[in-house]
Amino acid sequence: MKNRQQRVGVSRPHESAHLHVTGSAPFTDDLPELAGTVHLALGLSPVAHGRLLGVDVEAVRALPGVLAVLTAADIPGANDCGPVIHDDPILADGVVHYLGQPVFAVVATTRELARRAAARAREVVRVEPLPALLTPLEAHAAGRYVLPPMHLVRGDARAAIETAPRRLSGTFEVGGQEQFYLEGHIAYAVPREDDGMLVQCSTQHPSEMQHTVAHCLGVASHRVQVECRRMGGGFGGKESQSAVFACIAALAARKLRRPAKLRVDRDDDFLVTGRRHCFHYEYEVGYDDDGRVLGAELTMVSRAGYSADLSGPVMTRAMCHFDNAYWLPDVAIHGYSARTNTQSNTAFRGFGGPQGAIAIENILDTIARRLGRDALDVRRLNFYGPSDATDGRNVTPYGQPIPDNIIEPLTRELEAVSDYRRRREEIAAYNATSPVLKRGLALTPVKFGISFNLVHLNQAGALVHVYTDGSVLVNHGGTEMGQGLNTKVAQVVAHELGVDFEAVRVTATDTAKVANTSATAASTGSDLNGKAAEDAARQIRLRLAAFAAERYGVAASDVRFADGRVTVGAVKTMAFRELVGEAYMGRVQLWSDGFYATPGLSWDRETMQGRPFFYFAYGAAVSEVVVDTLTGEWRLLAAHVIHDAGRSLNPAIDIGQIEGAFIQGMGWLTTEELVWHPNDGSSRAGLLLTHAPSTYKIPTANDCPPVFDVRLWKDGDNVSDTIHRSKATGEPPLLLPFAVFYAIRDAISAAGGHRVDPPLTAPATSEAILRALEAVTSS
Amino acid sequence: MSNRPIRFYFRGAVVEVDDVATTRTVLDWLREDARCTGTKEGCNEGDCGACTVVVGELPAGDGREVVGGLKLTTANACIQYLPMLDGKALFTVEDVGGGVERPLHPVQRAMVDCHGSQCGFCTPGFVMSLWATYQHHVARGARPSRQALADALSGNLCRCTGYRPILDAGERMFDAPAAALDTGPVVAALEGLRSEETFRYAPACGGELVAPRTLEALAAERLARPDARLLAGCTDIGLWTNKQLRDLPALLYVGAVDALKRVEARDGVLSIGAGASLEAAWRALAARWPALTEVWLRFAGVPVRNAGTMGGNVANGSPIGDSAPVLMALDADLVLRRGDRVRRLPLADFYTGYMQNRLEPGELLQAIEVPLESAAQVRAYKISKRFDCDISAVCAGLAIEIGDDGRVRAARFGLGGLAAVVKRAYATEAAVVGRPWDEATLLSAQQAFAGEFAPLTDVRGSAAWRLQVARNLLRRFWLETRPDAPLGAADVSVWAAREPEAP
Repeated sequence: MKNRQQRVGVSRPHESAHLHVTGSAPFTDDLPELAGTVHLALGLSPVAHGRLLGVDVEAVRALPGVLAVLTAADIPGANDCGPVIHDDPILADGVVHYLGQPVFAVVATTRELARRAAARAREVVRVEPLPALLTPLEAHAAGRYVLPPMHLVRGDARAAIETAPRRLSGTFEVGGQEQFYLEGHIAYAVPREDDGMLVQCSTQHPSEMQHTVAHCLGVASHRVQVECRRMGGGFGGKESQSAVFACIAALAARKLRRPAKLRVDRDDDFLVTGRRHCFHYEYEVGYDDDGRVLGAELTMVSRAGYSADLSGPVMTRAMCHFDNAYWLPDVAIHGYSARTNTQSNTAFRGFGGPQGAIAIENILDTIARRLGRDALDVRRLNFYGPSDATDGRNVTPYGQPIPDNIIEPLTRELEAVSDYRRRREEIAAYNATSPVLKRGLALTPVKFGISFNLVHLNQAGALVHVYTDGSVLVNHGGTEMGQGLNTKVAQVVAHELGVDFEAVRVTATDTAKVANTSATAASTGSDLNGKAAEDAARQIRLRLAAFAAERYGVAASDVRFADGRVTVGAVKTMAFRELVGEAYMGRVQLWSDGFYATPGLSWDRETMQGRPFFYFAYGAAVSEVVVDTLTGEWRLLAAHVIHDAGRSLNPAIDIGQIEGAFIQGMGWLTTEELVWHPNDGSSRAGLLLTHAPSTYKIPTANDCPPVFDVRLWKDGDNVSDTIHRSKATGEPPLLLPFAVFYAIRDAISAAGGHRVDPPLTAPATSEAILRALEAVTSS
Repeated sequence: MSNRPIRFYFRGAVVEVDDVATTRTVLDWLREDARCTGTKEGCNEGDCGACTVVVGELPAGDGREVVGGLKLTTANACIQYLPMLDGKALFTVEDVGGGVERPLHPVQRAMVDCHGSQCGFCTPGFVMSLWATYQHHVARGARPSRQALADALSGNLCRCTGYRPILDAGERMFDAPAAALDTGPVVAALEGLRSEETFRYAPACGGELVAPRTLEALAAERLARPDARLLAGCTDIGLWTNKQLRDLPALLYVGAVDALKRVEARDGVLSIGAGASLEAAWRALAARWPALTEVWLRFAGVPVRNAGTMGGNVANGSPIGDSAPVLMALDADLVLRRGDRVRRLPLADFYTGYMQNRLEPGELLQAIEVPLESAAQVRAYKISKRFDCDISAVCAGLAIEIGDDGRVRAARFGLGGLAAVVKRAYATEAAVVGRPWDEATLLSAQQAFAGEFAPLTDVRGSAAWRLQVARNLLRRFWLETRPDAPLGAADVSVWAAREPEAP
């Protein structure tokens, strides 16, 4: 099949762009409310840890507008919404585990009245305080984890470190990160006949919401339907943690037999749900005089929060990304998911990958500074060997060979495009004469594994309907959160059927259409659902071709679909619609399901070995910053990026993913700081103080650098048979702004004449930068 | 005084509303009552801009630009009470273009073509900020720089795009044939709503909002209602109701008094009416002292600067408000009015404790007066986690006057973020006055400074860091103002740094 007009590999606007800009793209809260709708608000635990003695339900019920007050006792089924391990109550029962944990839900006639009543939680929730562990290192010291420790080992790291010519040991830490999806959590539940329940929910995982709501209500899954047309951003925050809202809305709808909406205020969203795990690292490395790593041992402690949620898979991915783009011959990685009395941390774009990879970047940056070498040279020296290497330098610590390593040519290209060496010299000259301001430069690479580590999650389904007028409707198991998944899937289907993009429409994700779907996560949305939709569309095309072949007496292989027309051998060409009409009359099935399961994956959880990733995505970034040595203020002056999107399905959307991830990751490493009230014995201990955008600062337009040169890798391809040989772009670029962090580190180092390695931790707030500046200038 | 419904221009006609609480926000009214859901709620506190709308008003002599006879400014619908719209026009994303009958407006077209939306939730807010920028520039046949566009979007958060495509759209929207707003019918409607009579809104569901139109009426109402809560821009009070769920039964709204919005130079002072918007006030200050531009642009986001007032910022007396440190450095006086009595007080003497001041019951702030004839060198520095729309960890307004003998004749150092109130660093000032402005003097000033403030540790930074930064800012100030080889802003501030050429 040959298309004159391309459907894939072209930049198309987001399928909803025209709706976004006019305010007519409905999000869950924008859907028309049914008559009789009631509104919910959550009463939250006022303490970080305590025995729950009771809730003065009557006092709340007596407040204006209150129709009902729900507690754990009102849950007919399982009081649990944990995605992996069942340690996550929907409403607290017996014990409260963190300040902000939902204890009761108020149902009222209006949202405002519900909020007013729920705000009385501090007065009506009776708790006997228990000692609280508020930091991961405290929990680690106490041996408190949500999961058993994990170990990933290759060779003998201890021996390699001890026999190495040079050794380095140290600690490092990175902060957590709030997803800050602009649309907060929301669920709208509508009771249906015969114990049925429809839940409109802003979620990345409708199937899990369906199953969790069913368990909560004590009904079979076939009675619960979950639908999501679009989210106002997800970033991982709506993968598992939309469940508490879906369940409580459904519970209220079930109890009151009325439609029930739960939309939490932003502050409650921060207080109730978890976010990216902060990590603490302790490492020891042996290396040679050139900077080659010979052995490395790393202990990572993450803040899991009060329950497991996705902390295990997050730690797994962190451990599988410590290597980033580097060959680590002998390595031992230990992962501890510390149980703290804070929100249960969860998925966030990168899912532990960034936290794992930044550890090796910090190590290599330090090695370079100790050796007085350009950090790029040390990084490059440690790159994985070529894919055809026979010395084992192309095999990851978890035993997966790297089949298409392009990091060296990609980095070389970026070095040239960004004029890295000339700027390095210019910056040195600038720093030599600038008394207050110092500039810094860094280039960092990315290698990121694509697929869910858990093999069974790598499956997807789709439904494609062709109507008799030739228009096409697609439904698949993925969810649209802004990443352009629906646009890419529509492009794939349009390509497969040879019709215009406009002829294809993608509808809301709906558990009643495609069953048992995986979360739209791990960057796999297009890979999985694109393939499933292609499979469905292809079946229809083959049926149409067979029908046309028989009807017009040509070979099926001579029936071609392109540009909305069908060429039937040499016999005739006709509009797609025309053939569809004839096929309908000929009683051909014009709709199909499609299915896809990523082939060749394996993973042994115990040994942490296998082939967890279908392929790897690569990229690299250069950043230049200027730092004020008096205040620690800094500014990103320029960023250059080359990123590998394989054969991009939609370059504009992929560039958008890369740029957005870059700025988001930069925020994580710089301005976005989470602060909990310390364990000082006060009633505020454990309160997340940065619980709104007034105190939690994500990047703004002025943080976008004046030079922002983002390109797709020109030779992009995929050795694995992905959808049109594209590569996922959701998560990998989140690691690109490591270059910003290490450019800041470089500028700080310059302030001390490059004599002292800056003790900079992330987020590199002005305060953290000034602290590191003090360290390099005072010694 | 007239008791009547709220009247404002919306979707091409004057609408009347009489059944919402006085503290009903414009956003809740739009989404829940009018079921216009294009405008989104992201944070409910004026920090994310998803709810950005544009408010049209008849000009008020505050020096703000007028588009076709209309003052058009962005506002956060989540922290504007509906009665505050009385006599004004409300424009939302649904007014801009698109839908069944109309094509996309150039702003919207450019956002689509530049891939400026991903999830689309923040998009209506961005469209409104860009639309306001567009209208102002089209009206005078100009285009904003990319930097100006970024500054215009300081109150809008996007978590998806990284902003590059939105800034591209801001540039590209001017490439299409101009599509200026037809302000004629709006101006006519607002003229028809104009009144000199005090507006009183007291709905059956409770609460009372009184909005006088003249200074005299306002002063009289204040005297008669000393317990009513004075409401100006609602950028702080809005959070009291949205977040703290407080009841505000009696509101006295100052925003309908045009005379209070004037910003004018006369008798050697710049007089900033207490009702003048932060944007108007800072614009006038930065015109006289260009070194204040950075703090102006970093003061909240544009919609908050449009709605909030400098008078409100000063009278509210937050220790982390950015107006007071700068105004103290400028030696500003406050004009206070109680009934017909008017008195003056130096701003530096105004605060008595955390959120407490010398206003008497029944008294109100009428104006801020800034002496224009000054030989002092003035700088203002703000330190916060983020450049745009962040609350200061430290804000410093610093002024120094050096005599012909090279000695410091006068110094005024206003500091915010370091104590329960914004205050002058008198001991530090004393350490420099009469001495040559050299490094030795700086060091003794820094030493004096350390004994003068005992800041708190909070989410914005530790006490030790705040003190250190403030002392280092004194050094930056010295480097910029020392008689011997002063450094330029580009040598001491990352924000002034020259943009590197694209290689």
